[in-house]
Amino acid sequence: MLTLRGLSVTRRNRPVLHGVNLSVRAGELVGLIGPNGAGKSTLMEAALGLVPCTGRSNLAAMPATDRARAAAYLPQSREIAWPVSVEDLIALGRIPWPGGGRSQADRVAIDAAIARMGLEPFRKRTALRLSGGEQNRALIARALAQETPLLIADEPIAGLDPAQQLACLRLFRSLAAEGHGLIVSIHDLGLAARFCTRLVLLADGKVLADGDASVVLADEMLRRAFGITARRFDTPDGPVFLPV
Amino acid sequence: MRPVLIVLTVLAAALFAASLLTGPAGIGTVDGLRALILGGEGPMPIVMREIRLPRAILGLAVGAGLGLTGAAMQGYLRNPLAEPGLIGVSGMAALGAVIAIQTGLSATAALALPAAALLGAAIGVGLLVMLAGPRGGSITLILAGIAISALAGAGTALVLNLSPNPYAANEIVFWLMGSLADRSMLHLWLALPPMAVGAALIWTTGRALDALTLGEAAASAMGVSPSGLRWRLILGVALVVGPATAVAGAIGFVGLVVPHMLRPWVRARPGALLPASALGGAALLLAADIAVRLILPERDLKLGVLTALVGAPLFLHLIWKTRSGGRM
Repeated sequence: MLTLRGLSVTRRNRPVLHGVNLSVRAGELVGLIGPNGAGKSTLMEAALGLVPCTGRSNLAAMPATDRARAAAYLPQSREIAWPVSVEDLIALGRIPWPGGGRSQADRVAIDAAIARMGLEPFRKRTALRLSGGEQNRALIARALAQETPLLIADEPIAGLDPAQQLACLRLFRSLAAEGHGLIVSIHDLGLAARFCTRLVLLADGKVLADGDASVVLADEMLRRAFGITARRFDTPDGPVFLPV
Repeated sequence: MRPVLIVLTVLAAALFAASLLTGPAGIGTVDGLRALILGGEGPMPIVMREIRLPRAILGLAVGAGLGLTGAAMQGYLRNPLAEPGLIGVSGMAALGAVIAIQTGLSATAALALPAAALLGAAIGVGLLVMLAGPRGGSITLILAGIAISALAGAGTALVLNLSPNPYAANEIVFWLMGSLADRSMLHLWLALPPMAVGAALIWTTGRALDALTLGEAAASAMGVSPSGLRWRLILGVALVVGPATAVAGAIGFVGLVVPHMLRPWVRARPGALLPASALGGAALLLAADIAVRLILPERDLKLGVLTALVGAPLFLHLIWKTRSGGRM
């Protein structure tokens, strides 16, 4: 679904990404972790072909419309520029498809996304007047309406309350179980370890570790990537990390 | 067709007809329409076909152009304060016209003034492309537009400053206020083809503008080419606004107020706002052009003055409503 080979990005003569190899397969929820400025957002943008890069990305190589039908992207900014209704916002996800929001297939996809995100009561409400968590759900529904096999989400749980964070990651988990591929950047190491099927640790534009949480979140890795030591508590629901 | 578009179409058509039937010659409805369609002898067909028809068509086209480009600029910049004059092309067109008046060039041929204004607009587009470049973002475009507008404003002030006599200065000032009076079919033939091309270019941006609701990155990921959109938008706005300013002078507020007024009626979708705003702009400008003929027929009230007089309070009202109601 997503294959990156030797992906490098240089901005103002400064390397931001350096020879990244990474793949996301169907059924995987890949957690992209790493410190601020490690290049997580740039990696997502470069993979989608939104910034100039060298190396290979199977998505960036596609024609724009094909790419938009292969991968949906949730940027970090969560921008909603106009006071559109939740329904119209979600319908934007149909732009890459032939009906552009008006065909029967479009209606089915939009209704399914609304139902899945529990947005039926908000359907006609102005998206900008919803709470942050509700807006986030509407934006995820927009990405779902795009009906792509791959979902790329940049910090989708940042700024959400614990219940919304859990709901969001549970949804992603079930999407992966249905055969979607997902790559999600995330700062909460405990939640990442608990929900993601695989973790990729990025530091200084390079992949430091790629694999199971026990390998990627080892003490040595956290020290090298974040410059911290973290106490790790194993609980029946997954590990908890306490930076010290 | 959406109800709001039907209402606006009927409104614009009615105002177009009313514009044809308004004027000092005092021609009756039936006589006027007969003279317009069938022609015949005497002054009536000349008044209808060569004075009122070009004026009404220009009102329709310039108003539609300003409404359309205003909606496109607001959608592209994701800012309800954007307007077509922002890219500086109308300012440069005005400078070209003012220079033509100052040098006496405008007196040599009927189309010398609009042609000079078009040249000014073309130079403005050239400057804009040089400054905002193929890679620049929307902020670069705004900054370049402001710089060009400032340059054009300074040039216009300089020409006024150096004008040889009060009559030339007077003529310049009156031209700058904008008007549709005494325009001929020649003006139409000069302005309409580029405006049609520009409008067609902007027409293609609807979906991309919709996608931009989610921001530039999300829109690009949905298949919108940022550079392609920027080119279509800059060229489209310039091709509409340059010729419109060249034949009608500077007419403010239509491109700002009309998209603002109509936004709630198209559920705030930028793509759907394009046709609505074009029709609304046409209706507003036709109405204003009828009003200048009815309010002070003997004093030649200028169209741009009236649109500003009506537009500014309307805009204040909208801002007030936005603040109190939270609706943009």
